Amino acid sequence: MGKFWSLVFLSVPVLGVAVFVAAASWGYWFPQNVSAHGGQIDHLFMVILWLTGAVFLATEIVLAVSLWRFDGAKSPRARFSRGNMRIELGLAAVVGLLLVFITVYQLEDWAEAKIRQPDLPPTVEVNGRQFEWVMRYPGPNGELGDADDLFSPGDLHVPVDEDILVSLVSEDVLHSFYLPNLRIKQDAVPGMRIPVWFRATETGVFDLVCAELCGWGHYKMAGRLIVESRADYEAFLTRLEAEQNEDGFEEQQPTAANTSQRHPSVAEVVYRRAAR
Amino acid sequence: MTVAASPSPGAPLVDANSHHRGFLRRYIFSTDHKVIGLQFYFSTLIWFFVGGALALAVRWQLAWPWSEMPIVGRMLFAAEGGQISPEFYTMLVTMHATIMIFFVIIPILAGAFGNFLIPLMIGAEDMAFPTLNMFSYWFMWPAFACMTASFFVAGGAASAGWTSYPPLSVLHDAAPGSGPGQTLWLLGVVFIGIASMLGSLNYLTTIIQMRAPGMTMLRLPMTIWGLFITAILQAFALPVLTAASVMQLTDRLLGTGFYLSEAGGQPLLWQHLFWFYSHPAVYIMILPAMGMVSDIISCYARKPLFGYRPMVAAIIAIAGLGFIVWGHHMFMSGMNPAMGTTFMAATILIALPSAVKVFNWLGTLWGGRIEFTSAMLNALAFVSMFIIGGLSGIFMAATTVDIVIHDTYFIVGHLHYVLFGGSTFAVFAGTYHWFPKMFGRQMNEFWGKVHFLLTFLFFNGTFFTMHIIGMGGYPRRVAAATAYAEFARFEPLNVFMTICALGMGFTQLIFAANLFGSLIWGRRADRNPWRANTLEWTAPSPPPHGNFDFQPVAYRGPYEYSSPEVTADFYPQNQPPDAEPATAAAH
Repeated sequence: MGKFWSLVFLSVPVLGVAVFVAAASWGYWFPQNVSAHGGQIDHLFMVILWLTGAVFLATEIVLAVSLWRFDGAKSPRARFSRGNMRIELGLAAVVGLLLVFITVYQLEDWAEAKIRQPDLPPTVEVNGRQFEWVMRYPGPNGELGDADDLFSPGDLHVPVDEDILVSLVSEDVLHSFYLPNLRIKQDAVPGMRIPVWFRATETGVFDLVCAELCGWGHYKMAGRLIVESRADYEAFLTRLEAEQNEDGFEEQQPTAANTSQRHPSVAEVVYRRAAR
Repeated sequence: MTVAASPSPGAPLVDANSHHRGFLRRYIFSTDHKVIGLQFYFSTLIWFFVGGALALAVRWQLAWPWSEMPIVGRMLFAAEGGQISPEFYTMLVTMHATIMIFFVIIPILAGAFGNFLIPLMIGAEDMAFPTLNMFSYWFMWPAFACMTASFFVAGGAASAGWTSYPPLSVLHDAAPGSGPGQTLWLLGVVFIGIASMLGSLNYLTTIIQMRAPGMTMLRLPMTIWGLFITAILQAFALPVLTAASVMQLTDRLLGTGFYLSEAGGQPLLWQHLFWFYSHPAVYIMILPAMGMVSDIISCYARKPLFGYRPMVAAIIAIAGLGFIVWGHHMFMSGMNPAMGTTFMAATILIALPSAVKVFNWLGTLWGGRIEFTSAMLNALAFVSMFIIGGLSGIFMAATTVDIVIHDTYFIVGHLHYVLFGGSTFAVFAGTYHWFPKMFGRQMNEFWGKVHFLLTFLFFNGTFFTMHIIGMGGYPRRVAAATAYAEFARFEPLNVFMTICALGMGFTQLIFAANLFGSLIWGRRADRNPWRANTLEWTAPSPPPHGNFDFQPVAYRGPYEYSSPEVTADFYPQNQPPDAEPATAAAH
């Protein structure tokens, strides 16, 4: 039976490789990348895939070969050996170097993705709440966070080929701002304002996914990312401004009192009720 | 420890009075470590069934979203027309993980195998604190009761994920399960924490104080080393989770605000505290399995474990590093990304001792005389699957790559390769291997192999595929990804995974039938059916209260298989250097 079991275990590396080859050729691969930095992340994934793939093949094949060669039914007596410290240390050195390489090789990209924030004012505030994304764009004065800001739920519009700085907040529970096609993921945390930056390289409509469990409606907390030309983006902002200002209600000039006091969030309301 | 101070070998040690206790003291509120071990074993087996059923319901929804479940659908969700509702789905994923981690893997490894094996393998008559040991099992029952009751309260059981992240888990109105269900969940976790702490203190004391004469630390079998280091992890990490859970309870019930930013707290605090326990918990769920597999592979390869001391060092290194890597669960959480690099370096380092372990298992097989028993096949599957689970971990440890695979099915695949491919196959291996010692009978080898082969194939079909959809960015904990255009292409793979998962689920019925059938009809086993070296095999099968009918003494390490010093291919730890093993003639 040793040969049979050896083949069963050999099927792991054989089918493992086959699955990856099939997935690559049938389109079950990364989502299309439309970001400036995403190619580098895909590259890192592939570097680790090749390195771990080689280790995977080597170890699984040695396992299968051992079962084939050292089947108890045909070998007389096992070789008595308690191990070999020199091989052990040599192996540790090689693996250690490989691991240091993986660690160091991707440090720069991590810094670019999450640490070195570009020096520009926020393009848009993205606010996660059960179960939708609400975008807040700067109004005509170009500043985010004052009374003339423009609000729009669902779709996130960004201009193509420009650095975008998202200011990410949440008003109730944890959410995660996930753009598969831009290789972006960042949790939104109540009480924190977290910067997220990227540069989209192609126009089109892409998924905006919530990747952190946020309640029963988590599965449908879907938004869209709309990457468009500068002209289309500005047209969108103008349209949004018109919609917001011409809703049939004659608004008064904002005063200090009603601009500084924001509405209580859902979570605050819930919390106050719970604490009572 | 000196041999001279011990009672002479051969003196009977069995406490004659122990057999005259009543039924209740012998089988229910027993202080015998073997009975407690088996109580843990059968309790966790029941929960394994419950957790598995929840997993199949999850898979059903993912393959055929919102479709009526056959047979059980009408009984469970008559109001929804037999469908799984989104509320119910989040509860399913939460409770599947909670049950499998807290009620199955941790208690079956530490509670069942730990209790049964520690005194037997170190040559002790029982645990150091038998009554404490009994309490460690009976503290599981309030936890069982809390979790069971939570399914029937308003809003249903907890549904904020097994990670129970606030504010979702703290705000009562944030999710249906965040009502009384979440309170019961937290109470359950606190009770489990108490149970495990009692157990771990007992294990530590027993292993340090109760070893047989001659059983030095470096003559301990790897199973004991795995359980010893696990007990240290539990003793130091678990109080943090217990305290954190109490804090979440007070946030929910008394109006404190540890985890609520509106009240001056910080949601990330929970994540730090939770993972400070729950990352070591990953090692709590794998180190005993690694130990058991080391013993089983060495026994059925009839060859000493390759590199015993490096294996011990690797376990210690994994556990030590395990305390400083929790932040790798939080790379995308909003934690300072510069801290992420530190956690990445520590996490990637863990691959080093893991590689040593894999290399040594392969080194043990090479040149061996392999016996393909059910126990051995499951142990080999552990090695094969742990390689995949370990390597896929490197992807997520690399912070930059984690951006794309965090919270996707890539991690679901990874964790199941470690917890099912690793720990659960080790549990199967341990069951086939120690069943004769537990019950004095042997399990059926033919059905054992059928069960192994089917489980192995269906397991890989289910979980290997998850790496592919995870690479595609498919998010986890989503009841149906139909809202997203990007993920529609993966629907055929979801159907494939569910079919494999159903196959894997029903295959476990073979295991259950073999286990319970062998209790009654299994072939009777003598003391040492596998010709193994460790001390438990010198006791009667099953061992009486008090374990040994003579004083065991360890003269050598546990892995002297095929030693040139003896003609038999094994050399038991307790065999005096000048005698042939008594049972060798029989084989």
